[in-house]
Amino acid sequence: MELNLPIYLDNNATTPMDPRVLDAMIPYFTEKFGNAASRNHSFGWVAEEAVDYAREQVAKLIGADPKEIIFTSGATEADNLAIKGVYEMYASKGDHIITCTTEHKAVLDTCKHIETLGGHVTYLPVQADGLVDLAELEKAITPKTILIAIMYGNNETGVIQPIREISQLARKHGVLFFTDGTQAVGKVPVDVNADGIDLMAFSAHKMYGPKGVGALYVRRKNPRVKVTSQMDGGGHERGMRSGTLNVPAIVGFGKACELCMNEMEAESKRLSKLRDKLEQGLLVLEEAYVNGTPEHRLPHTANISFKYVEGEGLMMGFNKNIALSSGSACTSASLEPSYVLKALGLGDDLAHSSLRFGLGRFTTEEQVDYTIAAVKETVLKLREMSPLWEMFKEGIDLDKIEWAHH
Amino acid sequence: MSTSANQNTMAYSDKVIDHYANPKNVGTLDKSKNNVGTGLVGAPECGDVMRLQIEVDEVSGVIRDAKFKTFGCGSAIASSSLATEWLKGKTVDQAMAIDNMDIVEELNLPPVKIHCSVLAEDAIKAAINDYRVKNGLPELVEEKKAH
Repeated sequence: MELNLPIYLDNNATTPMDPRVLDAMIPYFTEKFGNAASRNHSFGWVAEEAVDYAREQVAKLIGADPKEIIFTSGATEADNLAIKGVYEMYASKGDHIITCTTEHKAVLDTCKHIETLGGHVTYLPVQADGLVDLAELEKAITPKTILIAIMYGNNETGVIQPIREISQLARKHGVLFFTDGTQAVGKVPVDVNADGIDLMAFSAHKMYGPKGVGALYVRRKNPRVKVTSQMDGGGHERGMRSGTLNVPAIVGFGKACELCMNEMEAESKRLSKLRDKLEQGLLVLEEAYVNGTPEHRLPHTANISFKYVEGEGLMMGFNKNIALSSGSACTSASLEPSYVLKALGLGDDLAHSSLRFGLGRFTTEEQVDYTIAAVKETVLKLREMSPLWEMFKEGIDLDKIEWAHH
Repeated sequence: MSTSANQNTMAYSDKVIDHYANPKNVGTLDKSKNNVGTGLVGAPECGDVMRLQIEVDEVSGVIRDAKFKTFGCGSAIASSSLATEWLKGKTVDQAMAIDNMDIVEELNLPPVKIHCSVLAEDAIKAAINDYRVKNGLPELVEEKKAH
C-alpha cells in the first residue's frame, strides 16, 4: 500500500469524519432542514424522526435507553451539565464531589467552579500506573458526597480506570457515578448497565463524527437521576438542555455510533496491534518509557517519554510529515508540562520528553512503520545534541546537579 | 497536550528551522583545559538545558572555537547554534556584549520563545565567566534578566 503523508496521529484530539457519516448528514442541511421541535408540519416531523433514530443509534452503542440520551454541543458541555446539574439538583443531600487529578480540564475546571459556589471537591491522586486507588476513593466518601466523577479512559495516556469497581463503591454508599467517556466510547465496549454508570459525557468528533455535538447519558431507573438544566429556554431534551437541536450533527453522531458499534471488535484489535508495533519499535531505543499502565489502556493510544530529549524539539524533527502531541508545554505561557503525566509521578523532565500517539480508523501499517523510523532517527539525532544525554552516558547523576532554575 | 504539530510549523521562522535541521558547532570541548570556558544553564524540569563552550586564544583573547549541546525545543537549539556562530572570532569582551534581543531579532522568535534567547545569553556569560575564573579574573556580574 502507498504511504500517505502527512500522517495524522493525533486522533485523541479529534478524528477525521468518516465519509459515511458525512453522507448521512448532508440531506439534513438542505432539503430536510426542519426544526425537530416543530410539531405541526412535515418538515418538523422529518427532523424529529431523524433525531429519534440517531438517539437510538447513540443509546445502543452504550447499552442505554434512547430516553436517557441528552444531546449537547459536545463533551465539555455534557461534563458541565453533569457536574453542575447534579450539584444543584442534589443540594439538599450534600455538597461534596470526588474526582481525580488526571481528569480533563472540562471536569477539573467545572469542579473548581463548584468550589467557588461553596461546594467541596476532593481531587484524588492517581498511582504511578495512572489508576485511581479504590481504597483511597472509598475513604474519601463522606455522608455529604453526592457525586464521584472519574473518567473512563484518559486522553493523554489512554489508561482505563476500574469503572465497575468504582461504580460498585458509588452504589454501596448511595453516591452517583459520573464518567467522562469521551475517549472510550466507540473505542472499547462501554455498557452503562454492566458498568454501573449513572451519568456519562461523550462526543461525536472523537469517534469519526462531526464536531459540535455530544451527549450526556442520564440514567432513568435504578436510580432515576436528574440534573438541573444549565441552559434555560424551550425545554428541549426533557427540560435538561434547551436549544434547537443540531439535527445534521445529531444524525452524523448517530451514524458514527452505529459504525463504531459494528466495527469496534475488529477495529480495536487492528489498532492495538498497530499500537503495540509502534511501541515495540520505539522502545528499542535506550531510555524510552511507556507512561501509564499497559494492562488497562485504550487500544489506540501510546504515550512514550524519550529521556534526555525535549518533546517539542522532537516533534519539530518530523512535524512536516507526522502530526502528534507532546506533553511538553514549551509554547504555553506557563511552561508547565502535562499535569496528567506529572500526576503519574513523572518528573517534569520526563513529562517534557513525552510524545502522545493517537492512532485511528484511517491509520495504516505503512504510516506506523514510517513513524517508527522518523521518531527513532530524530531521537538519536537530538540525543547527539543533548548535554543531558552526554552526561547520562558519562555516568553523571543528573538529579545531583544543582540546576539554575528560572 | 497543548502543542500541535501544525502550530509549531507556523511559529518557527525559516532561520530557526534551518538551525534546527543543520545545527552549527554541535559538540564538546575539553573542559579541563585552562582556555576553555563552559556554561551550563537551564534545568531539565524547565524543558531547556544549554551547554555552551568557548575556546579562547590566550594571546589574542579571541574566541577560536565554540561548541554547544542543547536539550530543548527548536528555538532553544537554534538560539544556541546561532550563539556559537556569533562567538567565533569575537574577543571575550565583544562576546560579553551579545544581547538576547539580537538573537530574538535574527531568529524572529515569537514572544513565547524569548526565554530561549535569554538562556543563550546566560550560557554565553556563564561560559565567559568560567573562563575568567579559571584564569584568575573576577567574575563579571550582570543584572539577571527575567525569564
